[in-house]
Amino acid sequence: MDYFLSEEQNMIVEIAKQITDERIIPQRAELDEKDEFPREILKSMAQADLFAVPIPEEYGGLGGGCFNIVLALEQLGRGCIGIGTAFAASALGVYPIIIAGSDELKEKYLTSVASGEKFAAFGLTEANAGSDASGIQTTAVLDGDEWVLNGTKQWITNGGEAQIYTVVAITDRKKGARGASIFVVEEGDAGFTCGPKEKKMGIRASSTTELIFKDCRIPKNRIIGRPGTGFITVMKTLDSSRPGIAALGLGIGQACIDEATTYAKQRVQFGKPIISFQAVQHMLADMAIQLEASRALVYSAARHIDAHPKDMSKVSSMCKVMATDMAMKVSIDAVQVMGGYGYMREYPVEKMMRDAKILQIYEGTNQVQRNVIGQELNKEYSR
Amino acid sequence: MKIIVCVKQVPDTKDVRLDPETNTLAREGVQSIMNPYDQHALEEAVRLKEQLGGEVTVLSMGPPQAVEVLRQAISCGADHGVLVSDRSFAGADTWATSYTLAKAIHKIGGFDLILCGKQAIDGDTAQVGPGLAMQLEIPFVTCVQKVREANDHELVMERMMDDGYDVVAVSYPALLTVVKDLNVPRIPSLKGKMKAKKIEFTVLSAADIGADSACIGLAGSPTQVVNVFPPPPRAGRAILNGTIDEQIEQLVEKLAVYL
Repeated sequence: MDYFLSEEQNMIVEIAKQITDERIIPQRAELDEKDEFPREILKSMAQADLFAVPIPEEYGGLGGGCFNIVLALEQLGRGCIGIGTAFAASALGVYPIIIAGSDELKEKYLTSVASGEKFAAFGLTEANAGSDASGIQTTAVLDGDEWVLNGTKQWITNGGEAQIYTVVAITDRKKGARGASIFVVEEGDAGFTCGPKEKKMGIRASSTTELIFKDCRIPKNRIIGRPGTGFITVMKTLDSSRPGIAALGLGIGQACIDEATTYAKQRVQFGKPIISFQAVQHMLADMAIQLEASRALVYSAARHIDAHPKDMSKVSSMCKVMATDMAMKVSIDAVQVMGGYGYMREYPVEKMMRDAKILQIYEGTNQVQRNVIGQELNKEYSR
Repeated sequence: MKIIVCVKQVPDTKDVRLDPETNTLAREGVQSIMNPYDQHALEEAVRLKEQLGGEVTVLSMGPPQAVEVLRQAISCGADHGVLVSDRSFAGADTWATSYTLAKAIHKIGGFDLILCGKQAIDGDTAQVGPGLAMQLEIPFVTCVQKVREANDHELVMERMMDDGYDVVAVSYPALLTVVKDLNVPRIPSLKGKMKAKKIEFTVLSAADIGADSACIGLAGSPTQVVNVFPPPPRAGRAILNGTIDEQIEQLVEKLAVYL
């Protein structure tokens, strides 16, 4: 379908597509097999200015824009959402700085991310604070001119690979959610280490580790926004980033349909290509319907967010749920269409099915997204 | 560091036909690309610029539509593009092409380094790079597979040979031709593509570069293509089947005939 992209948007698609086809697809199986972080591929993405897409122009970026990021991530997701996740998580890591950081922090960190020299990670989740972010245990205490951080973050994407970490910590326990703040921690700060890489079901090219803070001292000016505004910034950050996760889902959906349809045309059973059987055709048709409907919602949501940045929670959650549930379903069906071959590692759909699952879990589970949508509806009808 | 990269627009080799009248390549309706070896030359030029500073100018001789390869070069990190284009250049052989490029380079002015692909995938002669160096009277190194060290006064590199490589140092000005092992060309950047969309290229005619009309195009070419033909298929091939032992037996039988 023609979504009437602008010239700049078409350029973003072209470049992300070229990286996906020439760099990601040839290497994805090996990176998955070896749990290997895609440093070289990320370097080529940086050279192509993809890391500049989410950054404002005054800091060397291309002006941000939810839709632009969505278009890039959809292409990357078609290749490998492990690599797409590494890219998306860097954007996630700098969103708090873009949303609430001081000019000084923006100048210092955004320019180096836009140029691809450094990349970022976002530290929110803890052992006892996942969907319920108010359970955060990590603390930050002001001591003279320094904040002192203590605690452990869990399952942090790009852990051990990023140079810039935005980390949520409690600065005033009594105030609950209003006592959270966000800080920038740099690789190499004394008292900050990353744990070993987690072993995951899918997205194995991405790095996931703990972030461990033991009397980690950072300069006073590394706080993002005023103390106590952390939770609001977190919510805005996740609202901004979720359509990107939805876009990874679109990428997987497209890749699964590409693989399953190509296979169904070649695979001969009972003397005919299996695509000539209605049972297979209907599965492929349902996959295509769900993908296109999801794409239409994700694109519309992204355009809405770009036009109305203050009204993004509900559409952001809606497109995340729809596109990632679609990715899970379509990847399962792609394996089914391809039968025994689909289950084998020689074919890419088994990886896509393993990978797709995380999309329903991270950046807010799809159950939490439905809570957000339900609460927004409740609010809208109370006016 | 001022670097000039010579690039050629060539037909994509996946789809090549010959014009039976002229025995030259039929370019109409064929997808055109930047000669793959030239992409490696451009990549190295951009890397040298990133390391040592300076600027990269891409130079192409060809019809007006060859600006497309210049645009591609800009999106991959080149700063300027120059097209040498004139009907009178048509049919140039490698000597006339080297002459024309040398004249254009004199017109562009000072340079430290010229990079060329080892050869173009259409003509496959590998003569224009060395020919250009001779015209400019500068040293050249062919088939560069690796740049070991680059600084403001010299380059140390590996030259691919049949049985290994030579390590060669050269001072500027110099010309290099490069092979594909040298690097992996980058994917165009977004900012580069935006710049490439807007940029105006300098187009130089035969008169602009002060070319002697006796030295350009078909008339100025000492070599003429007399005949182009597909090589006849090799006759008398046989594929042996069966177990290894059976195949050896068959092979010995066949060879015995020649004893």
